[in-house]
Amino acid sequence: MLTLGLYMAQRLSAMALAPLVLGHLAVMVYAIQGGLSTAEILGRTQGSIWWFLFYGSFVVAVSIHAAIGLRVIVHEVTRLRGPWLEIFTYGTGIVLLFMGARAVSAVTML
Amino acid sequence: MTGMLEVSVWRGSGEEGAYESYQVPARENQTVLDVVSWIQQSVDPSLTYRYACRVGMCGSCAMMVNGQPRWTCRTHVKRVLERGGLRVGPLRNLPVIKDLAADMDPFFDKWVKAGGVHPPSRTRYQPIQPVRPDDPGRVEANKAIECINCSVCYAACDTVTGNPDYLGPAALQRAWTLFNDAKVQDRQAILDGVSGAGGCHNCHSQGSCTRFCPNELDPLSAIAGLKRASARSFLKQRRQEC
Repeated sequence: MLTLGLYMAQRLSAMALAPLVLGHLAVMVYAIQGGLSTAEILGRTQGSIWWFLFYGSFVVAVSIHAAIGLRVIVHEVTRLRGPWLEIFTYGTGIVLLFMGARAVSAVTML
Repeated sequence: MTGMLEVSVWRGSGEEGAYESYQVPARENQTVLDVVSWIQQSVDPSLTYRYACRVGMCGSCAMMVNGQPRWTCRTHVKRVLERGGLRVGPLRNLPVIKDLAADMDPFFDKWVKAGGVHPPSRTRYQPIQPVRPDDPGRVEANKAIECINCSVCYAACDTVTGNPDYLGPAALQRAWTLFNDAKVQDRQAILDGVSGAGGCHNCHSQGSCTRFCPNELDPLSAIAGLKRASARSFLKQRRQEC
């Protein structure tokens, strides 16, 4: 149940996610190996426009990509279609966006 | 090969039915269609199935054999035998009319829906458009023109099973052939026809179509070609709008 528009949205969000995931993994390895405490991590991220943009775009890309991917799975497994499938897709995207935005704001806002 | 084969055959109409067992004499050279025909001619004349040419040309005798779609007239029993037995059923992903005869209407309806009818760019009163055999588009189009519409790829496709609106490998491969045909003028119309809710973008690239195609065609690559072409067209249109 993918149209060209949804297909492109999923592929383009995947393209955006690829470097962001690698960047996130690199940050995780650095934070763990360097032995940074929670306070030290927050000290670096809070108030940083760059970390806000990095994880903000991560959350936006994940919300689009995952919502469309789950749409396909739900349609093929449960045969859900029509308005309910649209509600599921947009609902999933909005919930992921809200949860992600909440986490990003907690880590990057002062 | 001597002795008897244990053959179970789907019997029933519509969604109702069950497999029934038959003992069929084993021969040294024997196709699955030979086995089905023997049952119909020697045991039960009411067994319903479909075939025409018996030489792999017409594409009408495809059935599920031991769970996999096969053209039965060109499938030797000894190649597909499992523990001395055969399980023959109607094609997957299509409604059953009776016994082994599947209703091919959804398959051909999707062929038409995907734009399978050739849209000519010239009238009969204009000179014939020359086509160079070595033209890259013609070479690409030639790859799929041996499709015999047997529906084996359609029956093999798990995406069709999960998404009944999906046009399926054969129809999309036909659209890719037309897209590459120099005599087709409106290529965007072909891309639009395969970019809807059941279009080529639903393909998961599992490749069962290419694996099972009895004519060794490659619908998977054709669908990938449609995805690439439609993505390029999408980006081009957005650029023009900006």
